[in-house]
Amino acid sequence: MQTPAPVDYVRATSVADALSLLQQHGDEARILAGGHSLLPMMKLRLARPEILVDINDLDELRGIRIDGNEIVIGAMVTHAEILSSPILFEHYPIFREAEKVIADPIVRNKGTMGGSMCQADPAEDLSAVGAALRGTVVIQNAQGRRTVPMREFHEGPYETKVADGEILVEVRYPILPGSGSAYEKVERRSGDWAVCAAGACVTISGGVFSSVGIGIGAVNAEHFAAVDAEAFLVGKEPTAENIATAAQMAADSCDPSADQRGPADYKKHLAMELTKRALTRAAAAAKGA
Amino acid sequence: MRLQRLREPDVEITIKINGAEVTHDVEPRTLLVHFVRENAGLRGTHWGCDTSNCGACVLWVDGTPTKSCTMLAASAAGHDITTVEGLEKDGKLDPIQQGFIECHGLQCGFCTPGMLMTGRWILDNNPQPSEAEIREGISGQLCRCTGYKNIVDSIHWAAAHPAENEVSA
Repeated sequence: MQTPAPVDYVRATSVADALSLLQQHGDEARILAGGHSLLPMMKLRLARPEILVDINDLDELRGIRIDGNEIVIGAMVTHAEILSSPILFEHYPIFREAEKVIADPIVRNKGTMGGSMCQADPAEDLSAVGAALRGTVVIQNAQGRRTVPMREFHEGPYETKVADGEILVEVRYPILPGSGSAYEKVERRSGDWAVCAAGACVTISGGVFSSVGIGIGAVNAEHFAAVDAEAFLVGKEPTAENIATAAQMAADSCDPSADQRGPADYKKHLAMELTKRALTRAAAAAKGA
Repeated sequence: MRLQRLREPDVEITIKINGAEVTHDVEPRTLLVHFVRENAGLRGTHWGCDTSNCGACVLWVDGTPTKSCTMLAASAAGHDITTVEGLEKDGKLDPIQQGFIECHGLQCGFCTPGMLMTGRWILDNNPQPSEAEIREGISGQLCRCTGYKNIVDSIHWAAAHPAENEVSA
């Protein structure tokens, strides 16, 4: 039988209340969102918080909305809500493609965007999507709000810029009119973590790439991004040859480790192939292509 | 089985399960699946892998299927839970239950409560699902007996035989 170790529990009534509880308890406290990463870690004693601050009542952290030229996803938005969001599908089909292969429908009902981002698993699909779209993470503490670009958010595996006493409240994505986006993933079985995954978001203007975002998951790409490959493609035509060259550059920038999901050279091959497929489909979907 | 109290004081929580309020003192670390089975005495919800993989523990929280091994009972306080015991209405089985009987949708029966809860939810959102949609819908749940064929058939049977008060597609 797996049961978490003894722990105290309190429900926050607002973000301000949650922040004050976090301040009061310091690093003994953990935020409980969907619980689908934290509770399994607590069962395995990989996490041993003294007190859980449940933020499931905080409606201020829910909802997907457009704010000016940005799409804002609240921290407590579930994977199921991202999957079915018409706003996200209209602007960024990459979200639907990624969410369809995150865990399973029942887990997606409970798991949250903010929880996934803060868990910061090296194979987290939303991290690769966030890198491809160059999102901005909004973090709140007792002093107020600060923003961190997605490409500076991760300190390392399972480590982010969200410090003790802080809450990730939302992630903002700039709307790129006419963009095309796509996500590709290889997993061992339905709903598993990625062996490797790649996402792309591009705009095309005058027959050449005007902006390129490439996110790569599970293969130790720095900040889940492939910056050399992106820089190579900007200003170039979306030909198969250019995309193949960029995909190889992206794979070269990864440093996967061999594990039960496969050997390192196989994962590098996947990084190349999946980046190529994602870029090809994103380019085809971009207006002006 | 009662969880051993080690340190923190118990908390009193009230959860509405199948329309009836159930109040108990439990440790904050108590998982919802154990509250439902041990405190509320409803053994229909099964406790399987304990790692949110197998789906034997699926029940509804406010109408949404949830893996109850990965939710604290304390988090469910104040919410409406529906378990497999809540599917039958006035002594009449829900079509999803009848479907599993008609199509032999189980052998050992361990996965069945979770499959029934997810199957009902699939049909509530999509009264005439395709085979692919059903298979995607139950992809978070494991059955080691049937090879899923008869489970898919059972859900299809229920889609074809809606209850009289149910709006068919």
